[in-house]
Amino acid sequence: MTFSPELEARFEKLLTSYPPGRQRSALIPMLLYAQDEVGSVSDEVIDEVARRIGVTPLQVNEVLSYYTMLHRKPMGKYHVQVCTNISCLLNGGDKLWEHVCKRLDLGNKEVTEDGQISIEEVECMGACSWAPAIQVNYDFHHFVTPEKLDEILDGLRKKQ
Amino acid sequence: MADLVNLTIDGKAVQAAPGTLVIDAAKTVGVEIPAFCYYEGLSLQAACRMCLVEVEKMPKLMTACTLPVAEGMVVRTETPQVAAARKYMLEFLLTNHPLDCPVCDKGGECELQDMTFRYGIGESRFTDEKAHTPEKQFSPVVFYDAPRCILCYRCVRICNEGLGVGALGVINRGVVSEIAPNKGDHLECDECGACIDICPVGALTSGIYRYKTRPWEMTHVGTVCTHCADGCKTTLGTRNDRILRGNNRDSSGVSDGFLCIKGRYAFDFYDHPERLTTPLARKNGKLEEVSWAEALEITARKFRENLDARGAFGVIGSNHTTNEENYYLQKFARQVLGTNHIDHHRTGDVVALFDALGEGGSAGREKLATVADLYKLKAVLILGADLALEHPLLSFQVRANYRHHRAHIYAVTPGSVREDKYSAMSIRVGAPAGSAGSGPRWEPVSGSGSADGDPSGFYHPRNAEVSTADYFAALEHLRDKLKAEPELVILFDDSFQGNDVRRLVEFGNSLGIPVRWVCLVDYSNSRGALDMGIAPELLPGYEPSGQPGMRLHEMLAAPLGALWVVGANPYEPAPGGTSPERRAGFLVVQDMFLTETARLADVVLPAASSYEKNGTFTNVTGELQRLKRAVNVMGTKPDLEIIGFIAREMGAAAALGPWAPDAVFEEIRKNVRGYDVPAPVIASGGAAQTAPLNGRIAVEAAPGLVRSEHNGLFASGTLGRYSRVLNSVLESRVGR
Repeated sequence: MTFSPELEARFEKLLTSYPPGRQRSALIPMLLYAQDEVGSVSDEVIDEVARRIGVTPLQVNEVLSYYTMLHRKPMGKYHVQVCTNISCLLNGGDKLWEHVCKRLDLGNKEVTEDGQISIEEVECMGACSWAPAIQVNYDFHHFVTPEKLDEILDGLRKKQ
Repeated sequence: MADLVNLTIDGKAVQAAPGTLVIDAAKTVGVEIPAFCYYEGLSLQAACRMCLVEVEKMPKLMTACTLPVAEGMVVRTETPQVAAARKYMLEFLLTNHPLDCPVCDKGGECELQDMTFRYGIGESRFTDEKAHTPEKQFSPVVFYDAPRCILCYRCVRICNEGLGVGALGVINRGVVSEIAPNKGDHLECDECGACIDICPVGALTSGIYRYKTRPWEMTHVGTVCTHCADGCKTTLGTRNDRILRGNNRDSSGVSDGFLCIKGRYAFDFYDHPERLTTPLARKNGKLEEVSWAEALEITARKFRENLDARGAFGVIGSNHTTNEENYYLQKFARQVLGTNHIDHHRTGDVVALFDALGEGGSAGREKLATVADLYKLKAVLILGADLALEHPLLSFQVRANYRHHRAHIYAVTPGSVREDKYSAMSIRVGAPAGSAGSGPRWEPVSGSGSADGDPSGFYHPRNAEVSTADYFAALEHLRDKLKAEPELVILFDDSFQGNDVRRLVEFGNSLGIPVRWVCLVDYSNSRGALDMGIAPELLPGYEPSGQPGMRLHEMLAAPLGALWVVGANPYEPAPGGTSPERRAGFLVVQDMFLTETARLADVVLPAASSYEKNGTFTNVTGELQRLKRAVNVMGTKPDLEIIGFIAREMGAAAALGPWAPDAVFEEIRKNVRGYDVPAPVIASGGAAQTAPLNGRIAVEAAPGLVRSEHNGLFASGTLGRYSRVLNSVLESRVGR
């Protein structure tokens, strides 16, 4: 399996970022970058990453299944992550989560039929000072209210 | 040696070497610290938290299994805080544990039961319904019950580190974590079952044993595995004359608990529907069932007639009958039948090795490696064999040696082998199939073993075009590296025969370092057959017979008056060929099954398997161990008894002496060179190395007669055909 030249270059650099014999340390970043490009961590991605860092596909799967931000199935083009951890919860994060589920008629880690939007209930993402917070792909949105969430979702729809 | 560290555990003064773990140091003063995940010889995990102890000046409880001793350390293992920690850990472990102990295979020998009994809390504060997931079948032999699992990682580590396979892992997180196999929903591995034996609870269970019995209803018989030549001790759990399981409960002998699929599960040939349980005699051209008395009478009468007519006798012995049987058989052949036409299928050129090594006495003892040496010595050189698949115990020892002592491993083989992954250097010898022309026929490869847990990828040496010149060229390449080693074990297979073995020994001697040798052979008592003189040129103990005698293939081709085959299948057709034609006038066969040879016989005598008799086996490294009868199969008799009965029927019993295994063993101990092993060691289930070396062996070499079958993990000669578990594993792979 080959990746884009940019990703190949990134992998190349990653593999030299660790002491000799510790190439397996590149596992998580490689999976994340590959997921961004391929859309999910497919079987092919697992085998390829395993081969490149010299571990078994099972060992990749052990790590992969531990971390929730690594997905075996493709998420939507816009992956909306709602924090319901303690600070956000106290400021209405749970209401946001209920709202987004109802509005899109989706459950955790489900994708809209057109494949555009997916939602996920996540743990703390370090934005407690601006709780409640959500994250759309890699973009943060702070002090989110149900109304503001609707605006964000409408905005995503327009962007399509 | 560094100074010992002084510490106190539960008020007792302890001295331990630096680096010793507190859990091990505690054992030396009789303090037991409970643990699930800690397992001697495997990497540390600190997953179960059962071994928490209090250490003075440390703010929190510490895991004794990862804490090295330190000067002045004060450890307490029986404080209220430690007792409470243990209680809560067990309460957590039992949160979702189903408590189906009354039907669980492990009930009665479960570490979680024992720990709960000793350290548990009695009642749980969890009132929610227990989470349940259905059990999964990973392979024909491995089942997994996730709710019972306590995630100690023992199975993961034994598979990855011990076996070098790495077929098990832990996926997911927290309460939904579970053990997962390497190929999605199923395992592709050695199917050795080490994960099942090492599981402290009933999470991993075996397809052969599950739901068969309660452990305490069984009798446990420690005996020697009947399959390959490594001689692992297997403990057969029996009930009502049925074998229900094999495991490593008795860890005495050479193997120290190691078993592969054959030792653990492939006992199931013993009750195969095709097992012979009645003697057969040829009447009007057909084999018919007859009584033992009649079968023995016919055999003795025909033998007597042949003797009187001065007809020739041929005797073919076995690679998997006991030393006692082999010894008695050759004595019978030589003394009663007056023949020197006696041989067996040879699978390694042991004679050439002993001849080349020459020396006897204590110097000779130093030349032959034991199974333990493969774990202890600083360097190991493997020539030819795919050790992980053909000699699983030896491979396990070599791997452990690398893991624990960083031993240097060298592998010179035609195909890729598991040792490549950690070898100091691996070399591929021979020409790839179909390629022609000149150029070097060996090539160093490094660290990319392709045999990563896929035994179906077995590269059979017979598919390779390798000459010994290729091996010697590769050895020259290794010479300087090997010279720099402090000591070396060399293992070689049937790629080396006759003068090539002598040349190999010269190479070893020229290195100028102490070298110990292992000549690889195939079956459970291949070494014993040679040691006991089942060869025309040799008497027991490698004494030249000085008499002419036919070899195995000559006997098959000669019009002998009578041919007697004990536990062998010489008429087995060559792969893709046909059986040799029967030439002998009278053919009597002792076997467990109606093999190609038995089908041609005039009299077939149903023999007991090695799990149904007493006696001794000599393994590939010449170590002697004792067999103990586990079950009886109605209608069969041990070969020794059959041979004895034939002797009695012929009126020759008095000359041959008693045919009780113990009596014959005593005779062997007294008469066979190198077999004067300490009787108590053998009687108590231990292993003692025989010392057969005693100068040159003046016999004519017969190269080309030695042929190893190179059985992989799921094959075991003729016997393997009758094992359902071996066949089911093979079928499960073909089906994919």
